[in-house]
Amino acid sequence: MDFESVYRQERPRALATLIRILRDFDLAEDTLQEAFAAALEQWPSAGAPRNPCAWLVSAARHKAIDRLRRERSFAARRERIAWQTESSLPPPDVADEPFPDDVLRLIFTCCHPALAPEAQVALTLKTLCGLSVEEIARAFLVAPATMAQRLVRAKSKIKAARIPYEVPGSDRLADRLEGVLRVVYLVFNEGYAATSGDALVRRELCQEGIRLGRLLRALLPAAGEVDGLLALMLLHDSRRSARVDARGELLTLDEQDRSLWDRPQIVEGLALAEDSLRRSGVGFYALQAAIAAVHGQAARAADTDWRQIAALYAVLLRRHPSPVIALNHAAAVAMSEGLERGLRLMEQLEDTGALEGYHLLPSGKADVLRRLGREREAAAEYERALALVTQDAERRYLERRLREMRGR
Amino acid sequence: MKYLLLIYENEAAFAGVPEAEQGKIFEEYMTYTRGIKKSGNYIAGDALEPVATATTVRVKDGKTLTTDGPFAETREQLGGYYLVEAKDLDEAIKLAAGIPASRTGSIEVRPVMPTPPVD
Repeated sequence: MDFESVYRQERPRALATLIRILRDFDLAEDTLQEAFAAALEQWPSAGAPRNPCAWLVSAARHKAIDRLRRERSFAARRERIAWQTESSLPPPDVADEPFPDDVLRLIFTCCHPALAPEAQVALTLKTLCGLSVEEIARAFLVAPATMAQRLVRAKSKIKAARIPYEVPGSDRLADRLEGVLRVVYLVFNEGYAATSGDALVRRELCQEGIRLGRLLRALLPAAGEVDGLLALMLLHDSRRSARVDARGELLTLDEQDRSLWDRPQIVEGLALAEDSLRRSGVGFYALQAAIAAVHGQAARAADTDWRQIAALYAVLLRRHPSPVIALNHAAAVAMSEGLERGLRLMEQLEDTGALEGYHLLPSGKADVLRRLGREREAAAEYERALALVTQDAERRYLERRLREMRGR
Repeated sequence: MKYLLLIYENEAAFAGVPEAEQGKIFEEYMTYTRGIKKSGNYIAGDALEPVATATTVRVKDGKTLTTDGPFAETREQLGGYYLVEAKDLDEAIKLAAGIPASRTGSIEVRPVMPTPPVD
């Protein structure tokens, strides 16, 4: 029996059910860990139970009751034990059967808007994905003690402020789902966009983002934007092997070796993107997935349907206006309707001052000027971008371009 | 579970609101209070006199020190409160969002710590 995959598969459901029963994140996590240890000992000889999840919940619940009984030093605790063992616990065979909604409850609680965004992400990675505090700390480049503190604070707020353990009602569901999707996308992007730090951890974050997307899709099949987000993540992640060269340097879309793209993942992403567009129409993630899908369909960079990409960005800009999307739209216009025209849009955007201090504006302008053969002006823009860039891999990319401009 | 909803507003800005408008806001508070009394959420609630009337008290070495004004000067000042009963934070947030000042100022939602009764 592949214990690792049982652990992966059963852990979120078992934990979600235990938190509902025990009303305590830490107690649920600790006792589930003990239950897994017991399973590792017993299952190989006795055979795996028919319903591993219910077995784990049952074992963990008993361990929790044992533990609470041992903690008799506080009178308040004693009252809690009585409450938990006698009055409010339903019969075990009913209680330990996970409700289908338990995992959703856990997701919505971890992503509750009353928690700080970075705490939502950390709590989701800890409880739903089962990452250790050290792994999460490494992913976000903070000290493990800081991350541990962040998690403690979030869990105690859930308890003290009584953040409900429930799926929001239909009147708030769409609103709250938006927050959940943002957390999932943050998890994915932290792995995808970051170019410094531990490569293995980053890869894991991308996988966890996709895993959470699949989980949400299974639990909320009717929500179109879930499909859109999953499609977007699959399509971006399909380029993971082609994004950097052998020396770890970033490669742009037109420099990437497209034979390294993950074809089956692209096919899956394309189908989801189409589906999502059809259902959610002009959803934020669905539109971005559609753009990624157009890139995914081009066998060579020269085959890219920039006209369609520009049209999609125009819709995205109209429905979800932001200066960053306006910049991407301008870049797509440059590639489809003419470099000069794209450059003018970028200059107009520059005049608004909305992207001041953002390195991708001068670097976008520089790329267009480079394609126009205006090397001197391009070099000046690359220099401006270099003064603003913070990431090492992006800095090296800009330096490479700057050398090219000066070399000619 | 009890929550204290602390109402913060910019006093100076409110003072500049025309009288007729102030009367309308007062009406809104009356309607809101009536609503949460009817729903059973209301425990207590009051508006406070302006911060100009505030006195801050500290005791150092047994000596009572008083200073004029609030403890901290901020852009928004505590102007009133509601003490409510809500089943969870979501319900408390919903109640807070109904307070007229949530549109012009901000409401801090604080769970009340459960304590054993003191005789």
